[in-house]
Amino acid sequence: MANKTAANEHHGFPWKHLIGFVLSIVLTLFALWIALGTDLSLTWILIIIFGFAFLQAALQLLMFMHVTENSTKSNLTSRVQIGNILFAAFVAIVIVIGSVWVMAAGHAKHDKHNHAPKTENHENHGSHGGGSEHDSGEHGSHE
Amino acid sequence: MAHAETHDPNTPLEYRSEIGRLNILGFWIFLGAEIALFSTLFATYMVLTHRIADGPALGELFEVKSLLIQTFLLLTSSFTCGLAVHEMRRHNVKGLITWMVVTLGLGLGFLYFEIQEFLHFIHEGANIGTSAAWSGFFILVGTHGAHVTFGIFWVTMVLIQVAKRGLTPATSAKVFITSLYWHFLDVVWIFIFTAVYLMGMVMHHG
Amino acid sequence: MKWDEFFVTGDPMIYGADVSIVLTMVGILFYLTKYKKWKWLWDEWLTTVDHKKLGIMYIVSAVLMLFRGGVDALLMRTQLAVPEAKFLDSQHYNEIFTTHGTIMIIFMAMPFLIGLINVVVPLQIGARDVAYPYLNAVSFWTFFIGAMLFNISFVIGGSPSAGWTSYMPLASNELSPGPGQNYYLLGLQIAGIGTLLTGINFLVTILKMRAPGMTLFRMPMFTWSSLVTMVIIIFAFPILTVALALMTFDRLFGSHFFTLQGAGMDMLWANLFWLWGHPEVYIVILPAFGMFSEIISTFSRKTLFGYKAMIWSMLLIAGYSFLVWVHHFFTMGSGALVNSVFSITTMAIGIPTGVKIFNWLFTMYRGKIQFTTPMLWSLGFIVNFVIGGVTGVMLAMAAADYQYHNTYFLVSHFHYVLIAGTVFACFAGLIYWYPKMFGYKLNERIGKWVFWIFTIGFNVCFFPQYFLGLDGMPRRVYTYSEESGWGPLNMVSTIGGFMMGIAFLVLVYNMYYSFRFAKRETTGDAWDGRTLEWSTPTAMPPFYNFAKIPEVTGLDHFWRQKQAGKVEKLTANELKPIHMPSNSGVPFIMASFFFVAGFGMVFDWMWMAIIGLVGVFGTLIYRSFEYDDGYYVSVEEIIETEKISK
Repeated sequence: MANKTAANEHHGFPWKHLIGFVLSIVLTLFALWIALGTDLSLTWILIIIFGFAFLQAALQLLMFMHVTENSTKSNLTSRVQIGNILFAAFVAIVIVIGSVWVMAAGHAKHDKHNHAPKTENHENHGSHGGGSEHDSGEHGSHE
Repeated sequence: MAHAETHDPNTPLEYRSEIGRLNILGFWIFLGAEIALFSTLFATYMVLTHRIADGPALGELFEVKSLLIQTFLLLTSSFTCGLAVHEMRRHNVKGLITWMVVTLGLGLGFLYFEIQEFLHFIHEGANIGTSAAWSGFFILVGTHGAHVTFGIFWVTMVLIQVAKRGLTPATSAKVFITSLYWHFLDVVWIFIFTAVYLMGMVMHHG
Repeated sequence: MKWDEFFVTGDPMIYGADVSIVLTMVGILFYLTKYKKWKWLWDEWLTTVDHKKLGIMYIVSAVLMLFRGGVDALLMRTQLAVPEAKFLDSQHYNEIFTTHGTIMIIFMAMPFLIGLINVVVPLQIGARDVAYPYLNAVSFWTFFIGAMLFNISFVIGGSPSAGWTSYMPLASNELSPGPGQNYYLLGLQIAGIGTLLTGINFLVTILKMRAPGMTLFRMPMFTWSSLVTMVIIIFAFPILTVALALMTFDRLFGSHFFTLQGAGMDMLWANLFWLWGHPEVYIVILPAFGMFSEIISTFSRKTLFGYKAMIWSMLLIAGYSFLVWVHHFFTMGSGALVNSVFSITTMAIGIPTGVKIFNWLFTMYRGKIQFTTPMLWSLGFIVNFVIGGVTGVMLAMAAADYQYHNTYFLVSHFHYVLIAGTVFACFAGLIYWYPKMFGYKLNERIGKWVFWIFTIGFNVCFFPQYFLGLDGMPRRVYTYSEESGWGPLNMVSTIGGFMMGIAFLVLVYNMYYSFRFAKRETTGDAWDGRTLEWSTPTAMPPFYNFAKIPEVTGLDHFWRQKQAGKVEKLTANELKPIHMPSNSGVPFIMASFFFVAGFGMVFDWMWMAIIGLVGVFGTLIYRSFEYDDGYYVSVEEIIETEKISK
């Protein structure tokens, strides 16, 4: 896959694009249904909808953006392009999960603004803190 | 740069000049930087999302209908943009321009509904100064919107160049780069759809 | 706003600075006009896209900023020399440590290194220019304009005073009113654009513009270190861009990211700042490692020991550098788990760095060492940097950090890393590649004086600060009491500081002296070098670098050729016309519009900001519609330039 040159696949009917498009619509609707139409726990909802988001991002990269395509005979460019996106994904995950973890684990705890939204579902929010990457095992250790 | 190059006749135009190849690779790298940029905005948003002070909660104001309209407009525009590049690779200038104009139309439609939604939120008492959570929302979604706006101007200018000069290695590299940019904005939107809207609504409604 | 709010007034030192700035400007304008140099300035420098000239402009700017930042440092040391001194008041002191830190990191260290990278890397990989010469000019001019915008705060509107880290809420409108903090935000923002573009430019240059035969694992170590640095720049600088933008929104447009009102989160700023700030540390140290590798290898007359280990350790550092940022604010209190995790990652990053130290030592082992000035700086680096590294591991222990935090122990630690690492490298690299840039070496005898005065002064200045820190002296205080007992060590430290100042003046004198008296180089190989930049026939490479692109067969290709006695002589019949990019004035004009936009934002004059931004977009559009394919240098001209006999 990574070794193919851009020369292929640009004649005829754009099947690749069509499949990508249909899949992206399906994934979007499915994510919406999981989020609003099911009774799964918050943790599972988050895992599934973010899984879909990454899947859809990969679809765009592979089906529409030709990330694996080489501009010359050597496969340097496709390796650089893929490596670049993978490292970007690593940095993105570090920035987002790292920030949320660091800021939620300590600072926000002794800070009056960090209350859940003023709604009736306090329990639900609590399970969010316990179940996802915000490690709740740490809560007791600080005070 | 100087030596004349021989090509497989199947090599797409945008890869035929050294400058075109360099620019496309450089733009891919730039997209890596853009991922870091949007990640920082997402991190800010996620850290601040419950800090609503005296303002409304985020999920309280989100609406599924407006969200779906925006999402489908942008998803479809990414598809039509892909078709435009497909036509370009078949050396069909007319097809390229047609699909790109459709893409721009869908992009404008997206912007229209996004602005409507922002105005609605402001009307409901949520603006950038309402609370940290809303600051995070407006800066993240607004930065994406600003990118789309910039993209519309950019694509338009590149299309003018294609109309004037036809498809050359230089113009086709420009078209290809704008298409990468456009698809990338769709990728960012997928994450806004998930992390901002779906998560916001789930947290709010349970 | 009245004029006395616009200009900084009240302090005689500022008036002195005003007068000297005006006199310098008048002097420059007079000189340019009298000797009819305007056209020369525009054609040769302001519109150039030549990486070597841009590199020289980066370095000249960096040396000027080193002077500015150094004067700031000496003012601080003067104030701290004795207890309860009245030389500076607290506000003035705050402004000076803020500008000192910001200028030294952003406007001195980075451009100095990027300048050397500009000059050297394309030559080392056998390329005629960078991948995007036009963009390279945009990079330089946005950096330069950002630096100028930051520096005029000194006389117009007032300097920022919230520290180079600009923690919130101290940097908020309430506690830092006025334009000072805005200068920080906009100056760094504009310069940051240039840095990001440099990152992309050199990454693609190194990946795609290498001479035939130069595989990735045949690249010189400085090129490798530049490659890794560019990767870090590309992924770290956008974080700074966002952080600065968010604070700008807080200050100008009433958002609540880091404010105390509206449920903002002040420590989120610290989190974002260091998410960028720690990779930034590696951005300014990795190129230094690369330079020392080249210099130590050249003057030990041996191939670098552990070439691959060196590369893998740098790649590891690039990944790790994004995983340690919390160690800058252990005391925020994120709890035991978070602090332990970041403590461990911080200690782990010391390992690849240690690997490098051993590689340099083993390179020298059994080598024929020549004690030239660049080599002296490299040896000085190893000794002093290890002191900084060891204290760094002490600081990495979160529990212990609660004691060291915000004391002079920390101040001393990062000066040992940044001066012994980055500044020593800048001096070493400047001296080493000076003949490549100007066609003659700096005087070695004077150079040795500079090294010894600076290195001794550096230790006299900073070593006592470890003890001051352990004794509890906090950083960023403008004075201290007699009873604290900190007076004597502070006096010693100040004396060391002034020795470093003297060494800088001797270095500048050396530039003048060597310009007048140094023997001009007749070949391109001033130090009996190993890498391709030394293979050009003339001391200063022509604007197209290589008349014929070299073909590389291995690591240290040029050295092997020399050993085998097979250095190729150029002949006229193998020459072909060379394609080169055209000069352009657009980058300079674009950066000027950035200045207008930035200045408008600083004073919250939105009409002016909009004019500036419209101008910036105008130049972008102009460029998009401009189809300039460059030009060809004819074979006759190459023969003329290279002085090849037919």
